[in-house]
Parts: sequence; structure tokens; C-alpha cells
Amino acid sequence: MTRLHAEGLTLAYDQATVATDLGVSIPDGSFTVIVGPNACGKSTLLKALARMLKPKSGGVYLDGNLISSYRSREVARRLGLLPQTSIAPSGITVGDLVARGRYPHQKLLRQWSAEDEAVVTESMRLTGVLELAPRLVDELSGGQRQRVWLAMVLAQQTSILLLDEPTTFLDIAHQVEVLDLCADLHEHKGHTLVAVLHDLNQACRYATHLIVMRPGGEIAAQGDPSEVVTAELVGDVFGLPCRVIDDPETGTPLIVPVHRKRRSEDDGPVAVHEHATL
Amino acid sequence: MSAVVTGRVVRIRRGLLSVRVDGRALTVGLGVAVALVVVMGITLTTGEYELSVTDVLKAIAGQGEGGADFVVNTLRLPRLLTALLVGAALAVSGAILQSLTGNSLGSPDVIGFNNGAATGALLVIIVTGGSMVQVATGALIGGIVSAVLIYLLAFTRGVQGFRFVLIGIGINALALSVNSYLITRASLYDALTAQSWLVGSVNSRGWEHVTAAALAVAVLLPLALYHARPLAMLELGDASAKALGVGVERSKAVLIVVSVLLAAIATAAAGPIWFVALAAPQLARRLTRSPAPGLVTSALVGALLLTAGDLLIQRVFPTAQLPVGTATGCLGGLYLIWLLASEWRGKGRYT
Repeated sequence: MTRLHAEGLTLAYDQATVATDLGVSIPDGSFTVIVGPNACGKSTLLKALARMLKPKSGGVYLDGNLISSYRSREVARRLGLLPQTSIAPSGITVGDLVARGRYPHQKLLRQWSAEDEAVVTESMRLTGVLELAPRLVDELSGGQRQRVWLAMVLAQQTSILLLDEPTTFLDIAHQVEVLDLCADLHEHKGHTLVAVLHDLNQACRYATHLIVMRPGGEIAAQGDPSEVVTAELVGDVFGLPCRVIDDPETGTPLIVPVHRKRRSEDDGPVAVHEHATL
Repeated sequence: MSAVVTGRVVRIRRGLLSVRVDGRALTVGLGVAVALVVVMGITLTTGEYELSVTDVLKAIAGQGEGGADFVVNTLRLPRLLTALLVGAALAVSGAILQSLTGNSLGSPDVIGFNNGAATGALLVIIVTGGSMVQVATGALIGGIVSAVLIYLLAFTRGVQGFRFVLIGIGINALALSVNSYLITRASLYDALTAQSWLVGSVNSRGWEHVTAAALAVAVLLPLALYHARPLAMLELGDASAKALGVGVERSKAVLIVVSVLLAAIATAAAGPIWFVALAAPQLARRLTRSPAPGLVTSALVGALLLTAGDLLIQRVFPTAQLPVGTATGCLGGLYLIWLLASEWRGKGRYT
């Protein structure tokens, strides 16, 4: 069994059920990326894995035990989460914000050990924000800010990191910068990463393990992106007729949507209309 | 000194004990404490009956002469201590609530705790014509009931700050209209009593008020301080706080209860006093420039605001017996206008 897995998950917000009987296993040491159309439940699944959402039934297991059986602080020492939105208290410096990642390791009278300082410095160095330490978070650009949040999560020193759409709101250069950083962490530091991403091509390029979800919270396919991603799968899950070619840079699958004129001639109404609103 | 984080790091016993001390917060805290001592000194020594510092100290030690003993121990000291404790309690209550709601208007006097407490007190005054202690109990219950109402109405999958404030403002308006209605139904005598209670005052407060407020602060302030670090973490948003190991639901519940009790007990002791809970934490934050809610500095600023306000009205209008609620209302109103005006111009960093 892997360190993080879930069995028989039923996920719901109040009455609206997002997924039923979902089972998923995150390979240890992988860079797992969850993709799927809007509202398919991918962020919901990530929230459940990070114990932010209590499943209606089934359970998430961390290191062999139900995640809900741990004390909150204990989970925070094993598993880190970068939520979609976090609020930086106004007037806080970059260093102070990253230092808050040490919370699960601190005590009332042991607020700032030499180890805390070393870990925070290293996290900031890894994410390239060390020289920003005395700056106010309010003054940073979106890309810098996201690296600061990543540094905070790294300072938590967990070997499993969950990232909920870490590239949203960033321009393409900063998206690549953040994903490169994640790939580095995965390769050199041995972190297990789980990220929800929107861009299929980025997912294929960076993931070592891809989980494709379809509307209704089912898993359509999972595995190595090169083996999993086909034109049929993308047509089936996203309702988008496309060609899948090799990425000229990396050789990973690259999804190229079919031209709209050809789409209407050849494929007729293939799912395009059916899922147009998704 | 540490390069990455602000503040001075103090480590003793080979790092078994390590704390971060914010130098600016410490300086501000000490400065406000000194100002508070000066205000207390002036309050106790000046007035219709002038006393020397030695006279006052002797009287407090129980060795004063008849006149001095009466002036200090019966007239001035209980009033002063009530003002100090009520100010501190309101400020801490406001600091917690503003931090939890992430909104500077999320203060117990804006969202109906105070007016709810007033409804409780008015019911006791007008319906049963109760004693001072019963009125205070009514106020306490009224404050708690309004807080529970707001909490229940605002609760859907956790309490979201902005909704809490909006519903609080609604409850506040409701309590206000109930209060007005109650006064129209009261006899002239009851209406006068009610009105004098409603403006908020520390006039003629005795040792029973001091004891009640002191007990509340002695129990609730340490509890609040113990949860100060989770409170600072909650400002990152519920998801981040929980991901970092904060017991979000439990910490929030404890902090809300502490905040409500502090506001309700302060109101029970002195009547509804406006704007201390709103202004003191904001002033403390601006003075310390701290990104975390400073509960101790807020408490000191609140105590200073209320004691200074009370000193001001005692000395400037010695014959009018003006209640301190009018002074803090006046100062607080001006402060609120300044706060909103500066935020609208994009200057304010704390919203």
C-alpha cells in the first residue's frame, strides 16, 4: 500500500454529491497530477486527501491509518497543502509568512529554534525568495507570491505535498517557473507531489503519474501520461476532438484540438455539443 | 538577531526555550503602560480633593486618614479600576473578533453584542425593576443570547467572517429597535434609569464591579493569550490554518466564546460603551505595525482609552457627571470616520 490512498470515497457538499465510491492511490515518490473538466471533482478529491473535506463515506489513509484518526498537528508534520486561496495578513514580511510554516513543529515556549531558522532559510533558498525575506508580501507580484506560499509549505517539512491549482492566476512564464520548481523538488528532494492542474499539456509534461477524472467524480484513466493520454480519452472525457502528438521538447503527449471547421465536417456532434457547457 | 524573520530571537537553556520578541511591540506596550500609570496617578491625586502620591499610596495600603481613605478607596479607585478592566476586556474582545472575521467592523459593539446585552438589562430594569446585580446578569445573558443567535444564523459549513459581521449588524439593528420599544413602554422613572444605564458609565462603580470584571479578565485573558498563536494562524484562512495543524473549529469556538464573554461582562459592569472594542485593536495594530493580533497591546490601549476618557470627562466637565460612554463615543466616532476615509483613499493597510 502507498503512504497516501483513499478507498470507497463518497464526497459531497451538503446535499450535492460530487463523487461516489472513489478509490485512488498516490504512488510514493511520484509527481501525481489530477486533471479533468471543470466541476469533475478534482479539487474536491484533493481536499479530501488533505482532510479539508470530510468524506460522507469511505476513508483516506495516511501511512496505514485513517487520516481522521491523527491529531491535526501530526498530519501537518507528514502532509502539506497549498490551498487554492490563502490570505497573507496585511503588513507581514515574506520571512515571517514562511516562518508560519513551522507552526506544526513549534510549541508555546519553543517558538523559534535554530532548526526552525535553518529550515525556513533553506525553504526560501530552494524557492528563490531568500533575498525577498524582509519585503512585505503585499508588495510582491503574483509569481513571487506563489513561490513564497510554496516556501511556507516546504518549511512544514512534509514529504507529501498537495497543491490545489498552483498555477491559476499566473501568466505562462510564471506557470512554468512554479511547475519547474515542483519538478525540481520532486526530483532532487524526493517529495511526493500531488497537484490539480487545468492545462492538460502541462500535466502531461510534468506528471510521472496522471489521474484523469470525468464529470461525476469517476476516474477515467490513470498511469504514465505517455501510456494513458490518447485522442479517444480526451474526446471521451473532455468532449474535445483532438490529435495527440509528441511534445517536440520532451516527447510527452501534446494535445492539439481539431480545427473547428474540420470538427463540424468530420466528427459531427461528437460530444462537442453535449459537453459544451462543462 | 535573525536574518529571515523580524523581531529579536531569545533562546535560553540551549534552545529548550526560544521566543521571538517583537521589539516595536514591546516598546509600544511599555509606552502605553507608562501612559496608563500616569493617567491612573492623575486620576487618583487630582480632583475636588487634592491628594499627594504618598497619601494615595498610604490609603491603598490601608493606612490612610479618614478623608483620603474615603476618596481613594470608595470614590476614585473602584471607578478607575472598573474603567481599566472594562477597557481591557472590550479591547481584547474586539481584537479577537476582528481577527476572526478578518474585518475591522467585526467588533462586539458593531455586531450587536453590546445592544443585545442592553436589551437584557432593559428587560430587567423595566419588567422586573431589578437590583444592580440583576441588571448586570440580564446584560450578561442578553449579550450571550445575541451572540448565539448571530452564530447560528451565520453558520453554514463553518462560519465565514463577512456573513458573521452582516448578520451581526442585522441583530444589532433588531436589538436597538427592541430597546427603543422597551423604553416607550416604561414608566418615567424606569425610562430614566434605563437611559442612564444605556449611555455606559463607570460613575459610582463599587468594588463588586471591580471584582466581577477582574475575575473575568483573570480567567479569560490567559485563555485568549493561550490561543493567540492559533488566532494569528487563522488569519491565513481556514484551509491554510488547518493544513498547518491548527484545530480550526475548536480554536474558533474557544476564541468566540472568550470574546463574547469579555464583551458581555464588560457591558454588565459598565453598560454599553462604544468604540473601545472597535478602536483599541486597530490603534494597537497601527502602533506596533504587527501583522498579528496583539492581544496584550490591545488590552493596554483599551485600558488607556477608557481611563483617559473617564479622566477627561471628570476634569473637563466636573459638574455634569458625564458618562464615559459619551466620551468614547465621541472619540470613537471621529476615529471611525478617519479610518473609513483613509481606507477609501487607499491608505489604510488594515481592512
